[in-house]
Amino acid sequence: MEPINILTSTAVPLPLPNIDTDQIIPKQFLKRIERTGYGDFLFYDWRYNLDIPDHVEPRRDFVLNKPEHKGAEILIAEKNFGCGSSREHAAWAILQYGFRAVIAPTFADIFFSNAGKNGIILCRLSEDEVKTLLDRTTKNPQHKITINLEQETVTDDQGFKAHFEIDPFRKYCLLNGLDDIGLTLRHEEHLNKFESTHDEKFWSKPKTDEAA
Amino acid sequence: MSTTNTTQQPRTMFEKVWQNHVVAEPAGEPTILYIDLQLVHEVTSPQAFDGLRMAGRKLRRPDRHIATVDHNVPTTSAHDRLVIADQVSAAQVNALRKNCAEFGVEFFDVQDANQGIVHMIGPELGATKPGMTIVCGDSHTSTHGAFGALAFGIGTSEVEHVMATQTLPQSKPKTFRINVEGALPYGVTAKDIILDIIGRIGTDGATGYVIEYAGSAIRALSMEGRMTICNMSIEAGARAGMIAPDETTFAYLNGRRFSPKGEAWDRAVENWRSLVTDEGATFDRELNIDATKLVPTVSWGTSPGMVTTIDGKVPSPEDAPTEADKKSFTRALEYMGLQPGTKLEDIKVDAVFLGSCTNARIEDLRAAAKVVRGHHVATTVRAMVVPGSQKVKHQAEEEGLDSIFKSAGFEWREPGCSMCLGMNPDILQPGERCASTSNRNFEGRQGRGGRTHLLSPEMAAAAAITGHLTDIRKWEFAEKSCN
Repeated sequence: MEPINILTSTAVPLPLPNIDTDQIIPKQFLKRIERTGYGDFLFYDWRYNLDIPDHVEPRRDFVLNKPEHKGAEILIAEKNFGCGSSREHAAWAILQYGFRAVIAPTFADIFFSNAGKNGIILCRLSEDEVKTLLDRTTKNPQHKITINLEQETVTDDQGFKAHFEIDPFRKYCLLNGLDDIGLTLRHEEHLNKFESTHDEKFWSKPKTDEAA
Repeated sequence: MSTTNTTQQPRTMFEKVWQNHVVAEPAGEPTILYIDLQLVHEVTSPQAFDGLRMAGRKLRRPDRHIATVDHNVPTTSAHDRLVIADQVSAAQVNALRKNCAEFGVEFFDVQDANQGIVHMIGPELGATKPGMTIVCGDSHTSTHGAFGALAFGIGTSEVEHVMATQTLPQSKPKTFRINVEGALPYGVTAKDIILDIIGRIGTDGATGYVIEYAGSAIRALSMEGRMTICNMSIEAGARAGMIAPDETTFAYLNGRRFSPKGEAWDRAVENWRSLVTDEGATFDRELNIDATKLVPTVSWGTSPGMVTTIDGKVPSPEDAPTEADKKSFTRALEYMGLQPGTKLEDIKVDAVFLGSCTNARIEDLRAAAKVVRGHHVATTVRAMVVPGSQKVKHQAEEEGLDSIFKSAGFEWREPGCSMCLGMNPDILQPGERCASTSNRNFEGRQGRGGRTHLLSPEMAAAAAITGHLTDIRKWEFAEKSCN
C-alpha cells in the first residue's frame, strides 16, 4: 500500500450517521474476483438514477456528482461510518474513487481495520468538530482541509485545528505503507513454537480421519 | 468470591479464550492472535488467494480452513446451481473451486450434503467448538460465539493474512456483559431478544466490545436460539458475541463430524467447562434486561436499531433521541414509505423471506411451520423458505415441513444466503415490502428500493398468511396439537 503522511485537499460532505457498507458498495459488485475497478461503483444506488431500464444516469443532486466536489480526497460523514458487512470492497471503492481519508466521529470496527490495510487514514474527531468541517465544506466546496498523520492533526484554512488519536502501530504502518503479513512473519519462530503445543488442544479436525 | 488459586485474578470467558491464543505481544504493536479456524466463501476470498499467489506464499494450514459456496448460488433448483446463469457469479464460484483445489482446502460444493451458509455448516460439522478462535470474511461470523468461541468477521486483507500465517494482529477489545434474566413470555423468541438489545444500545452501542450474553433467559435457549443472538452482535457494532458453553452446547456437538471422539471428547468437555467466566470477574460494561417484559419486536426503518414492539406504532422523527437521529428517522420513513403513527400491525407486506444465517435452522423452520400449518399464504404475498443448509433442508423434508410450507403456498428453495443480501437472483423489486427473518434492513439490502422488516420466523410466517405484520401472541393455530 501507498505510504501517506500529509494530505491537503477539498472534501466531500456526507452528513449522515450509520452509513453502511451496503450503501458504500452494493452487493452486485461483490461478485467480481478482482481487487481493482471499484471506484465507479462507490455509493452506486445514491449516485446514479437507475429507474430507467438499461440506462445509468448520474444524479445531479448527489454530492459526488457535483462538479465543485470533483477531485476531493477527503470524505466527511457522521457517526458509525462503515457499519454492516465486512466487505473490504467498501474500502477499495473509497480508495479507488480517489479518497485517501475519511473524517467522522466514529467508525465501525471491521471497516476501520479494512481501511487501515488499504492506506486510508480514518480521523476520529468529536461530533462538534465534524459538524464544523461539514458546515464549512458544504458552504464552500473549495474549503481545504489538511490532515497531518505524523502530527495527528486536522486543520483547515480558516483556523480550525483538531487532534485525532491513532494507534501508534497503525500510524507506523500507514506512514511507511507496510504490509501486515511481512510484519507478522517476523514472529514466525514464536508462531512455530506456539503452534506445536496449541494443536493438541484446539484442533479443528480429528487427526485420524475417522469421519471421512 | 472464593478461588483456590489466589494469585489468579478471576477472568471472563473472553479473557480466557484470548489468552489461550496469544502467539506474541510485541511492544507497541497489536497482539498476534492465533486463529484456530478460518471459514471461506466465494465472495471475500478470491483476492486473498490471489494475494498469496502473487507473493509466492503458501496457505499455512489448509487443515484449519473449510470452504463452501453460499452468497452467490441460485436457490431455485439443483440444475440452476450447477450451471449458474450469471456469468460473473459463475466465475466467482469457479474461482473458489480452483483455489481450494490448488491450496488444499476442504470444499463443500453446491451439491455436497454439507453445503450451506458458511455460518450454518461450521456448527453442523462440529468444526465450531468452544474456546476456539474463528474468523471468516463475513461479518456474521459472530454466530459461532454461541459455542463459547471467539469468532469475528474480517476483511479480505485479513483473510489473506490468516491464510498466510494462521494469525491476526489484534488490539484487545473491551468486555460487555448483557444479562437477560427471567422466562421469555409467550411468542417472544431469541430474535426478539437481540432486536430489543440493538434497539436499546444502538447499532454502534457495542463498538469496540466483545459481548457476553448471560442470564437465565440465555441459558434456557437452544443452540439455534443462541446462534440467532450471537449472529446479530455485529448489528450492535460488537467485535464478537459469546455465550458460555454448557450441557446444551455439549449435547449439540457430541458425535458431529469434526467433534473429538471417545476419550478425547471427555477431555475436551472438561476443558470447555473451565472456559466460563469466573465468579467475580469484571466487565468494562454491563446491561441487565428483564426477559419477562419483552415483547415481539420488528424493525420499522433502515437500520437494525430502528425497532419497535409489534403492538407499537411507527415513530415520528420527533421521537428521535438526537438531532442526527432525527435526520435519519426522516430519511428512513421516506425510504420505507411509512407514516409516523401507523400501527405496526397495519403494515402490509408483499414478500416474506424465511432464511439467512440468522434464522434458517431446523428449529426456526419448525416454529414457522407450526404457524403456517392449516393456513394459506395471502394472495398478495410472495413467500419463500430458504433453508440455511443442505442438512437443514433434508431434516425438514424428513419431518414433512416442506409439504406444510409448499401446500400453504410458500416456495421451498435450495440452501444459500439468498434474499438476505440479494447477491443471487433472489431480490425484492423497488418499493416491495418484505417481512424477513434476516439480519439487515439497510436501504437496498434485499434489492434496490426494497423495504425490509426484520422479525422472528414465527412472525414472518404469520405475516405471510395475513398479508400484514402480525402479533404472534394473538395467533390462532389451525391445529391445537401444534400450539
